[in-house]
Amino acid sequence: MTPLLEVEDLRVSFPTRHGRTEVVRGVSFSLGRERLAIVGESGSGKSQTGRAILGLTPPPGKATAARLNFEGQDLRNATPKQWRDLRGRRISLVMQDPKFSLNPVMTIGRQLMEAATRTSQTRAEAKDHALAMLEAVQIRDPLRVFKAYPHELSGGMGQRAMIAMMLIPEPDLLIADEPTSALDVTVQIEVLRILDRLVTDRGMGLIFISHDLRLVSSFCDRVLVMYAGKVVEELRASNLAQAQHPYTQGLFNCLPKIEGGIRPLPTLQRDAEWAR
Amino acid sequence: MTFDASEQEGRRGALPPWLKRLGSLFITLVVTLFGLLLVTFMIGRVVPIDPVLAAVGDRASASTYHKVYLALGLDKPIWEQFLIYVNQVLHGNLGESVLTSRPVLEDIGTVFPATLELSTVAILIGTLVGIPAGVLAAVRQGRLSDQVVRVLGLVGYSAPIFWLGLLGLLLFYAKLGWVSGPGRLDVGYQFSVDRITGLMLVDTALEGQWDAFWNAVSHIILPASLLGYYSMAYISRMTRSFMLQELGQEYIITARVKGVSERRIIWGHALRNAAVPLVTVVALSYGNLLQGAVLTETIFAWPGLGMYLTNSLGSADMNAVLGSTLVIGAAFVALNLLSDVLYTFLDPRVRRQQ
Repeated sequence: MTPLLEVEDLRVSFPTRHGRTEVVRGVSFSLGRERLAIVGESGSGKSQTGRAILGLTPPPGKATAARLNFEGQDLRNATPKQWRDLRGRRISLVMQDPKFSLNPVMTIGRQLMEAATRTSQTRAEAKDHALAMLEAVQIRDPLRVFKAYPHELSGGMGQRAMIAMMLIPEPDLLIADEPTSALDVTVQIEVLRILDRLVTDRGMGLIFISHDLRLVSSFCDRVLVMYAGKVVEELRASNLAQAQHPYTQGLFNCLPKIEGGIRPLPTLQRDAEWAR
Repeated sequence: MTFDASEQEGRRGALPPWLKRLGSLFITLVVTLFGLLLVTFMIGRVVPIDPVLAAVGDRASASTYHKVYLALGLDKPIWEQFLIYVNQVLHGNLGESVLTSRPVLEDIGTVFPATLELSTVAILIGTLVGIPAGVLAAVRQGRLSDQVVRVLGLVGYSAPIFWLGLLGLLLFYAKLGWVSGPGRLDVGYQFSVDRITGLMLVDTALEGQWDAFWNAVSHIILPASLLGYYSMAYISRMTRSFMLQELGQEYIITARVKGVSERRIIWGHALRNAAVPLVTVVALSYGNLLQGAVLTETIFAWPGLGMYLTNSLGSADMNAVLGSTLVIGAAFVALNLLSDVLYTFLDPRVRRQQ
């Protein structure tokens, strides 16, 4: 069986005054219908990896890869038309903060309809689908949210609407780029639970991009740890404590534990060798 | 969920939000107009022109001078003079023009429609060309079409308008004969059109005089394009920068991920957001045009407010100058109110805050 997504030697670079700088430097992985986490600190290239898979590397940046296959289809030379078909129906992306990722002057309903009309025959059917999706993300009064503007919703509500919008076409792959980082801790768990259920029910593949190692280990099957644009370690989420790479160990150990104990908390010791 | 603060206030039995909004607009209007009156009044007192002398001429006897001095109320304390002035203005009395010896309000009623017509056609041209040009420049940032728009805008912004006007007249009127020359109508039509609104294009159309209508079009098209070009330069630059800002926002990525077409992303998502600040830009450009483009009106013998104001200034006709200033100020206030109202239509966030 071909995997859902195959990535080999993915590189993303941006021009700077000192020539091109690579922010993703040869990332390779393959993904089935499972949950893969990409973990790393700010600037490690995890978000750009996610964007590159969608062909959304912001210009003047450039993404190249030795292989970038989605269900056997080569994405490297996809035409704009092919991208539109893929993005609208097969691959989706949930971003960090609904305050920015929702269009402020359009009602939630209109934004949902843009996604829904592409997969439905009639507008009425599309609207039913959109409302059903809002219900699926546990919004109690879907019609009210449908008519609301983004600024009238709280962060958690906005992010649920965003998830609903991205799951309307029932994609095969969802990329969630820090989907809960901008939310309150209590709301975070709620949104994660919703995401968890939808991904399981619909049998999607999930790439969960986060900087929160703990969160990821309880939520995903596999973890890629990125540092300075490279994958430094790949391991099963359940084996996180047995991480080999000192960076992963560092990330893991610098989290406070509720039982207390370690004081002061160790800070991350970086090694220039890792970035090679 | 943070739903609708205004709704809760409604439950508390306060005024409905639209009435509150209307009320606050009205108060703003009154305060601004009062300030405007104060400023024009002060200008009238400060300029070194003797209003009595301007009215009676320098050969009048001392007793005539004194009579007019009293009649104008110049012996009264200054605050009383101001109240008299406000009272007169509120009754539609802007004084009499020394130059035309007609009430200033009547004079302005004659010249302002000419300026209004010219500015309106100009701002329509400027907006309808400027916004798409700015959008194109933003979407094709750094490429040839961006450079073309930039250079055209730069020329429009920096070339003196009287020079462009003369060139335009020379080329399109004298050499090519594509358009009509100075004035609002050919002499032959001038007395056949009755005055309804004072807007030539509207009057001729209302009266069904289509010959005269097309004649008016051929007269207005050159000066209006020229002024329109000038505002187009500004509007396209602003559109470009607003669009670049919006196209870099995350909701654009969201739309792309949904598979929305590029055209809809540009015109439906980005421009829809950029339209909010653009309203102010267009309103300000329009306001500038309404002051009367003195140079353009002079070159094209356009009997508008700019020309009237210049003539009045030249002959120290203070009533006419102050009256015109007041009208221009009022036009600015009206435009600001209009853009405020448009804001509430374009931006749902403003709608809720009111």
